[in-house]
Amino acid sequence: MKLIDKLDEIKKEYSKKLQKSRIMVCCGTGCTSSKSDLLLKNIQDELKKLDIKNVTAEKTGCFGFCAKGPIVVIDPKETFYEQVSPDDAKEIVEAFLKGTEVERLLPKEKDEYVKKWHELNFYNKQSRIALQNCGKINPEKIEEYIAVDGYLAIYKVLQMTPDEVIKQITDSGLRGRGGAGFPTGKKWLFAKNSKSDKKYVCCNADEGDPGAFMDRSILEGDPHSVIEAMMIAGYAIGSNQGYIYVRAEYPIAVKRLSIAIEQAKKLGLLGKKIFDTDFSFNLELRLGAGAFVCGEETALMNSIEGKRGEPRPRPPFPAVKGLFEKPTILNNVETYANVPKIILKGADWFNKIGTKTSKGTKVFALGGNITNVGLVEVPMGVTLKEIVEDIGGGIPKGKRFKAAQTGGPSGGCIPKEHFDTPIDYESLQSIGSMMGSGGLIVMDEDKCMVNLAKFFLEFTVDESCGKCPPCRIGTKRMLEILTRITEGKGKDGDIEKLENLAQNIKNASLCGLGQTAPNPVLSTLKYFRDEYEAHIYEKRCPAGECKSLTQVKIDPEKCKQCGVCARNCPVSAIEGEVRKGPFKINQDKCIKCGVCITKCPFKVISKV
Amino acid sequence: MSNKKMITLTIDSKPVTVEEGTTILEAARKINIDIPTLCFLKDINEVGNCRMCLVEIEGVKGYKASCVYPAEDGMVVRTNTKDLIDTKRTILQLILSAHEKKCLTCVRNTNCRLQDLAKKFQIDELEFEGELPKADLDDSSECIVRNTAKCILCKRCVNVCKHVQGVAAISTINRGFKSKIGPALDVGMRNSTCVGCGQCVIHCPVGALTEKSNVKELKEMLNNKDKVVIIQTAPAVRATIGEEFGMPIGTLATNKMVTALKALGFDKVFDTDLGADVTIMEEATEFIDRLKNNRNLPMITSCSSGWITFAEKFYPELLNHLSSTKSPMEILGTLIKTYYAKTQGIDPKNIYSVALMPCSAKKAEIIRDELKLEGNIQAVDNVVTTREMARLLKEANIDLSLLDESEFDNPLGLATGAGHIFGTTGGVMEAVLRSVSYLLDKTELKNVEFKAVRGTKGIKEAKIEIQGKTHYIAVSQGLANASKILDDIKNNKSKYSFIEIMTCPGGCINGGGQPLVSDFKASKIDYKDLRAKALYKADKNSKYRCSHQNPQVKELYEKFLGKPNSKKAHELLHTHYNKQDTYVIEDK
Repeated sequence: MKLIDKLDEIKKEYSKKLQKSRIMVCCGTGCTSSKSDLLLKNIQDELKKLDIKNVTAEKTGCFGFCAKGPIVVIDPKETFYEQVSPDDAKEIVEAFLKGTEVERLLPKEKDEYVKKWHELNFYNKQSRIALQNCGKINPEKIEEYIAVDGYLAIYKVLQMTPDEVIKQITDSGLRGRGGAGFPTGKKWLFAKNSKSDKKYVCCNADEGDPGAFMDRSILEGDPHSVIEAMMIAGYAIGSNQGYIYVRAEYPIAVKRLSIAIEQAKKLGLLGKKIFDTDFSFNLELRLGAGAFVCGEETALMNSIEGKRGEPRPRPPFPAVKGLFEKPTILNNVETYANVPKIILKGADWFNKIGTKTSKGTKVFALGGNITNVGLVEVPMGVTLKEIVEDIGGGIPKGKRFKAAQTGGPSGGCIPKEHFDTPIDYESLQSIGSMMGSGGLIVMDEDKCMVNLAKFFLEFTVDESCGKCPPCRIGTKRMLEILTRITEGKGKDGDIEKLENLAQNIKNASLCGLGQTAPNPVLSTLKYFRDEYEAHIYEKRCPAGECKSLTQVKIDPEKCKQCGVCARNCPVSAIEGEVRKGPFKINQDKCIKCGVCITKCPFKVISKV
Repeated sequence: MSNKKMITLTIDSKPVTVEEGTTILEAARKINIDIPTLCFLKDINEVGNCRMCLVEIEGVKGYKASCVYPAEDGMVVRTNTKDLIDTKRTILQLILSAHEKKCLTCVRNTNCRLQDLAKKFQIDELEFEGELPKADLDDSSECIVRNTAKCILCKRCVNVCKHVQGVAAISTINRGFKSKIGPALDVGMRNSTCVGCGQCVIHCPVGALTEKSNVKELKEMLNNKDKVVIIQTAPAVRATIGEEFGMPIGTLATNKMVTALKALGFDKVFDTDLGADVTIMEEATEFIDRLKNNRNLPMITSCSSGWITFAEKFYPELLNHLSSTKSPMEILGTLIKTYYAKTQGIDPKNIYSVALMPCSAKKAEIIRDELKLEGNIQAVDNVVTTREMARLLKEANIDLSLLDESEFDNPLGLATGAGHIFGTTGGVMEAVLRSVSYLLDKTELKNVEFKAVRGTKGIKEAKIEIQGKTHYIAVSQGLANASKILDDIKNNKSKYSFIEIMTCPGGCINGGGQPLVSDFKASKIDYKDLRAKALYKADKNSKYRCSHQNPQVKELYEKFLGKPNSKKAHELLHTHYNKQDTYVIEDK
């Protein structure tokens, strides 16, 4: 039987299965760490016990609403359960058989239970392309991917010429989702035009930004889409070998990728003469050992070659001389995940989504001081406000929004005044930030922006490969200055020193890591310079976060002398006796943890 | 004429035409614009690490490292705008902030690339203070001392060790500010694959890698009236020591050197080159014997001590191919403590035997158990490099360049041209070839110059006729080249009968103990060639060109050793080799 007929058969069989009643349990990293794997087993056991055969329980990829995990969705009704524990299995199965819901597990919005997942505010402003199959299929079954048109795109591509494929990607306007936003079609064209006996297609799955996990979720929830996209890229540029460079810290992703590759090989989708054409393609995994710099393309290639993960100077560019000195393309996971859909639905379809220069959607890992922590995929051009307030559910505890950091340690902060900026590559750059890989960290009024800059600098200092002095020593010196500022030892001239260092590090560093490392400092200086000045000249942290600059004080006038604060202080720093005068905090002992502030029944303790 | 495309670009408003593929740095040097560098080493370390060579290219975003950026036709490059210089000054300030600035007490004081740049950029005040990298002083090796507090992580050492020597004893450990250069697993140089060649030392731009010095003991011995302090000088030192005293590269300073050493207080100054002549008598005889018996061929020379360590660490299965003849230094050391001691009636224990060498590996050779003499004494007690000796002479107010000439002492002071050329690649091979036919059937050659084995090529090959039979011979310099030949022997693919292996590129004239030549100077002149020419000149000027003609050597055999490869010669002048383990981690 021809491979395409076989796929057709699988599709027919499994698309029926997909329409049947299925209990989908999220088995992404987040939910698994809350025992969703046990939950799945319990549900399966329960079904077995009751001898129910027309309902299956399946593991699936990330639904994105990680704050509410573990998540269970029951099809076809799309019933959405949140924060489910393994003990809830029996109740879920019983309710399902009765045709009802377990009310206590349903999400609530404005005191109303929401039964279907797409009706949740978190989801209804999203539009899922890259994450399309996450939560819908069992990522460990190739048949389910085939049932949702999987591997049809590569079949279609093999009927086209490589130039036609590249034109379609170019026309779609797809740009790299890993950071710089380089046009994908252009990248492929460069590599196609490089003459060589051997070329490589690489996938950057070395997601390293703190708090970012969209690539992990795609690999865990829909690994075949990445494999298929790499085959398409291979055909387009004339390569028959691919490497996926994935972090060893992503064990579930590694496991599912390995299963997916094996399944694709078994079916004949990877290997020689695919779909009876002359196109052959092999794919291998390479595990990264957790160095952030290996997400930089040339360092990644060094690492695949077994060398130390250090960036190489460019030129030569990878499209000319990349992996093993051969023409190479490298795209990240999310970029690839868009490719099969563009091939199937057409460049025009994709091109209509988004803004003038930024097409399609972008997945963000929403984190920090935000109600709905999780993964969101939105069309390019939505505003920060929409993400934070509508999808993210706003800032918890009634606090005010202060800023959001995009682009992780390479990006910058966006203050409230730019809340309405549409999120696309150019707009973010124009306000001193960047798209980056998609980390979006929201900060409330209690966040000190100097301390934030220090946090990111600590990260880059730790992750610098050490090859060039501006990054190796420069970021270290910047961190030392920031540290002394947050400790109340800042000096006049420190801000200028930071600015000078930042500019020179940007101009002189060898790779993107160093060139962007000063961004968090520059953008916080741009929007929150007054906070730096308050630290240096007034020895005061306006947000009250820097411990050396903050004192916790009890208002002696208002203290009711109840002693609750003293009893709760973890370091016994509060002195006084009940009803014998106001209590007092010994500043030498106080660690500024804030426990007394929250425990005081009369709210008379505060940070000053 | 190369058929490569020529391109023209402008650097600091000056046009320059170069071959396509030339870097901006090389193009700039061509028109005498000296873009500062710290890490760049032509063909060895072209990595763009140090950022001191950054330039501004019109139409290109950000500054680019000129050492790795290819020049393009029509390109407009600037190397000296104010912003660019300011950026480089900041980088330099950063490097200085992470460098142990004990310049006054540093062996590289006034001969340091970082110091030069600090001066060039007029650093009159240090801008950044802060944490220094963790100081890690490794003196486990007999040859090389490693001090990470001075290291600027340019990685010249790493890449010369890896690519030129194929040894890869050191690499970057850790990352970011904690990065340091050292042997894997932090085992210390002694326990690593290091062969002690010192190529890392001569390429280090600062004082992070230095030779291990024992001049303190030497100074004490020179002042000890009970000791007869004798020095021997290696072939290559006479061609380089003048450089340390301002003489042009390639100056032959043999007899001024002898005067200087006597002025410093040595009782006798002997010539290692005579040791080299004896080496030839033994080694050529050994070769003839192996050829006759078709045993352990190809035979490989054994005078370069870095190579011996390399063989013991990397190719222990090939040790039987090495000539058993000791190195010229060890032969002369042995003769000093046996032959000379006997004729003079001196107790060998009262002789302090010093060797002035171009080499750091020799420092490890002298303590080898296999080379100990009767009474468990060393043949050579102290090895001093060319650089160390220059420092000693300067300390004693002796300016070698201004001295009169004098002759080596007898009976170990007369050498042939064959002995002199031991100091350059191909020299040992040529010297052997000059004597083989004589040793076989007393034939004297009309032409003693074998030009095929001379020159800078990594592996040189020649065909020779010995008693009507054709033999292939090879000469290699730099251990990475040696590996190619050795791998062939391992795989039974070698066609050679005799191989000369020199550890250092160029041979001893470019040894790890030799005067330093900046990479900028090296880009302008072929210093190895100039030094080699000095030795070939010494050869040409010699009364005797072949080792077997040396009258002092003849006398030595007549009076003391008997015949080459005699029982006594074997006892005194031959040795053996043993496998050396690396990365042995002891349980603590």
